[in-house]
Amino acid sequence: MYSDKVMDHFTNPRNVGEIENADAVGQVGNVKCGDIMKMYLKIDNEVIVDVKFKTFGCGSAIATSSMATEMIKGKTVKEALNLSNRAVAEALDGLPPVKMHCSVLAEQAVKSAIYDYAQKNNLHYEELDGYNPNEEDDHHDHGVEEED
Amino acid sequence: MKKRVYLDYSATTPMKKEVLDEMLPFFNVQFGNPSSIHCFGRENKSAIDKSRGIIAKTLNARTEEIFFTGGGSEADNWAIKGVASALKDKGKHIITTKIEHHAVLHTCEYLEKNGYEVTYLNVDQYGLIDLEELKAAIRPDTILISIMFANNEIGTIQPIKEIGVIAKENNIIFHTDAVQAYGNVVIDVNELGIDLMSLSAHKIYGPKGIGLLYIRKGTKIQPIIHGGAQERRRRAGTENVPAIVGFGKASEIASEGIEDHISKLTYLRDRLINGLTEKIPYVFLNGHPTKRLPGNVNICIQYIEGESLLLSLDMVGIACSSGSACTSGSLDPSHVLMAIGLTHEVAHGSLRLTIGDYTSEDDIDYVIEQLPPIVERLRQMSPLYEKVKGGN
Repeated sequence: MYSDKVMDHFTNPRNVGEIENADAVGQVGNVKCGDIMKMYLKIDNEVIVDVKFKTFGCGSAIATSSMATEMIKGKTVKEALNLSNRAVAEALDGLPPVKMHCSVLAEQAVKSAIYDYAQKNNLHYEELDGYNPNEEDDHHDHGVEEED
Repeated sequence: MKKRVYLDYSATTPMKKEVLDEMLPFFNVQFGNPSSIHCFGRENKSAIDKSRGIIAKTLNARTEEIFFTGGGSEADNWAIKGVASALKDKGKHIITTKIEHHAVLHTCEYLEKNGYEVTYLNVDQYGLIDLEELKAAIRPDTILISIMFANNEIGTIQPIKEIGVIAKENNIIFHTDAVQAYGNVVIDVNELGIDLMSLSAHKIYGPKGIGLLYIRKGTKIQPIIHGGAQERRRRAGTENVPAIVGFGKASEIASEGIEDHISKLTYLRDRLINGLTEKIPYVFLNGHPTKRLPGNVNICIQYIEGESLLLSLDMVGIACSSGSACTSGSLDPSHVLMAIGLTHEVAHGSLRLTIGDYTSEDDIDYVIEQLPPIVERLRQMSPLYEKVKGGN
């Protein structure tokens, strides 16, 4: 069902935890659907110098969070904002169709944290234009009908 | 070899060797079509009737009240659609519960789209229906009460005898899906007042793809599979002879050993429940503490999600299931866990471990040893858990 990479990131997730005095914190998802991702960023001179996450969710939710943190660590805020869910899924050698929404959540967790950073520091990123963290993903589609 | 512990007996059971041995000749040696006049056919006709007789006896039913189907789901479909069709002039109201198997629920939903009305009874926190609510739901046009004997997820056993009395007093047909109960609870269709009952072989160490509908003599029901004259013209299709023979053997074994089976499974079940609830904080049992299937353990482990639990358990060789949405591909967690009043967040952390004849005490202890560190690891990752720790 899952690739070896997904299982690796699920079994040995990178960057789990919290950052005290983080420059940005974002949380996405909801308990109803069963996934919540919380992301902490330490940003220095527009570079993400540290990132940690905590996730309540299935194996792929944990793996996509882990992969997303690896992909944005050391990158600029702008680069992180351009991280797409597809890139996260591809880096994990793919996700089952019903689990693609987990990668969307990972992308949104990054955006949500940077949105928090922008708000706190009165910054503007064009990548965040039109983004509303309170509007995310209440109705994401898991891609298949209920099981029999 | 890596240790493997199968604790998903409610999903399916391994076939017993005696069952397999009994079935094998019917694939190639004794292969005739039971409808044929010649000896190849006749000997298989009698093999089917022998199985029918064995199974009937285990239920205190008559041989001619047993009708083989392609499984439990077909039996449920037949019971509900067959009665709906036969009694449509009397009424179009059916009573069932919110915690039925999808074979019942989706059949009822299908009928709702076709002009029938269905009342879905609530259950309490243990998964038990309220008999007063059942009585109040009965209307002059109620044609069927379909209430499962024991729940497949949380193992709760309904007051079947009392339901049977209420159905009889009101002259309404009573169907029960006893797929999970059969072989785990002593069932006497007469004592319990059951008119229709669905059973499946693969839950009792028999083959997959074979089930039956018990139809009390005189019960009005139409066929849903039309064709040849098999099963006394009520269920067409060449009989699955090897499977029917296997079903008979599995029933015989289950029935003979039922008391030992119940006491052994109940002991292991309670050992597992006690072990897990003692060793892991924020864990509680779903379903009724005593009115439950002997092999069913269903717990909620708070602050973590079921699929990640299943994956972690699978890595240490433990096979079980969860009511989490992520394991089903649907958005919502199990309808059963919702019906007993759990919140989404808690229901996502459910774990069902079902015990069977090949489960040992060692297996149970292995789970009690393996699960706590897995839970702790996942909780350390969970943003829901930090609040709990912080709030202490």
